[in-house]
Amino acid sequence: MLSFVVRRLFFSFFVVIGVLTLVFLSMHFAPGDPIDMLISPEGGGRATPELVAQLRAKYGLDQPLHVQYGRYLKSALQLDLGRSIRNDRPVTQELVRLFPATFQLTVASLLVAALIGTAVGILAAVNKGGFIDNASMTVALLGVSLPNFLLGLLLMLLFALHLGWLPPSGREPGFSWQAIRHLIMPATTLGVATAAIIARLVRSSMLDVLKEDYVRTAAAKGVRRGTVIMRHAFRNALNPIVTVLGLEFGVLLSGAVIAESIFAWPGVGRYLILGINGRDFPVVQGTVIFIAVIFVLVNLVVDLLYSVLDPRVQYS
Amino acid sequence: MRRRLRRFLRSPLTIFAVIVVLLLLVAAVFAPQLATHLPNRQDFRAVLQPPSATHWLGTDEIGRDIYSRVIFGARISVTVGLLSVGLGGLIGILIGLVSGFYGGAVDSVLMRLIDVLLAFPGILLAILLATALGAGLVPVIIAVAAYSVPTFARVMRGSVLSVRTREFVEAARAAGVRDATLLVRHIFLNSFAPVLVYATLLMGGAILTAAALSFLGVGVAPPTPEWGAMISTARTYMRQAPHVILGPGVAIFVTVLAFNILGDALRDALDPKN
Repeated sequence: MLSFVVRRLFFSFFVVIGVLTLVFLSMHFAPGDPIDMLISPEGGGRATPELVAQLRAKYGLDQPLHVQYGRYLKSALQLDLGRSIRNDRPVTQELVRLFPATFQLTVASLLVAALIGTAVGILAAVNKGGFIDNASMTVALLGVSLPNFLLGLLLMLLFALHLGWLPPSGREPGFSWQAIRHLIMPATTLGVATAAIIARLVRSSMLDVLKEDYVRTAAAKGVRRGTVIMRHAFRNALNPIVTVLGLEFGVLLSGAVIAESIFAWPGVGRYLILGINGRDFPVVQGTVIFIAVIFVLVNLVVDLLYSVLDPRVQYS
Repeated sequence: MRRRLRRFLRSPLTIFAVIVVLLLLVAAVFAPQLATHLPNRQDFRAVLQPPSATHWLGTDEIGRDIYSRVIFGARISVTVGLLSVGLGGLIGILIGLVSGFYGGAVDSVLMRLIDVLLAFPGILLAILLATALGAGLVPVIIAVAAYSVPTFARVMRGSVLSVRTREFVEAARAAGVRDATLLVRHIFLNSFAPVLVYATLLMGGAILTAAALSFLGVGVAPPTPEWGAMISTARTYMRQAPHVILGPGVAIFVTVLAFNILGDALRDALDPKN
């Protein structure tokens, strides 16, 4: 077990280095020099060669590639992701400030996905082959295929612009009713596709378990149907579901980019979009690294948790 | 084979999906004939018009015909879908073949590289590459291709591992067939079915990712009639003219749905357990 944890930690570290390298290379070989980007739009006039040289030196762009890479790795591992070109603020600090909003949105959407997905999946499995089963699996198929940006806009059109029930954008901190109202549409937008995935998974996992002898025994003993389904079957169908929920957390975290951009949710994803629109490379680079590293960490935690939840899992 | 085809075409959902994909291809190939207007022609006397006999899906904020733009948009989506899945497939399959066939250190190194790609949430990798490469169709294709490489590599490797030790491969090797021929003719062709399934499933994902990139402003640049970009512009005007979102929205939803159904159906039909 311990050797598994150590091996898994080492592997995660390797993946993080890989992520950093990939980001470095893609930014480095991108056409267009960041300095040109920096001076061309707002500068108005032409920058003197001296100024360009000075800026190149300031950002270390006059150094050979391996030196730049070494510096970049070193500062990234010290959690220094550089400064925004547009407002000169440290990217790491901004990300840390914005992350709670993204975390809240991601957790809320995971809740939406888990609740809807589990309920639909159980209903479908219990009514296998019947109308409810077919209907819910069709809805799940539609849910997987509906682009989240389209769903977000449709929700906004209906519930904010036409009916006026929910605020169209922004975030209220805390857990007040107002805060929850702001959260409903972004969390639904983000969570629906995952709900569909979970519904399919819960259905197949439940169908497997419902065939087991102990379920039949419980039913034969005269245990109530609801109890059989929830206590005997569902509890044993939970394991794969927990794993997928963990893995989906990372997917939702990156999917938040779209939900945040639609609903002006002030999180990490919106920061990334602002960075993209402003061609602010340190912001784009830093945010991508930040989300990818969290993604790696979440997967690591899921893997480790899985071994605690299910002692039967072998690590060789 | 015929029995499989019959089984494949048994479900009405699958027939629907096949029809949608055929329509999509027809729209992409015959866009100039099917469109009623030029996709980028502006008409400031007919701005944000609701659907009518002249403008079947209405007009957008600068008076362009939405129906014609949706039709031309099919071209972009099909191009991006086919080329990115093709490119991603080519690279992924190659990696998977080599990795599974040679095993050992080659396998370890290649699979760790694939793990790094998998550690990137797909959309984020696409955003990174599309931002780095700049706006346009080619960057989007590369970005979306990168997103599909790991899946292909994994699937191909798995197939190779299961085929590699089979007797016909042993026999070919004993007969002195060269590695490259062995890989392509004996191993690749025999592990083609799962790759085809994933290619179909990834088509939907690729079209969706490309649209999401344009929606976020890192994809195909305006005024190109791309569905995601159209939806992105439409959000400014959807309050006074909700129809602007309908045409491209339905187009992309139905397309992705069709590819998902087709992928599922192909998987069931090609699954030897059925």
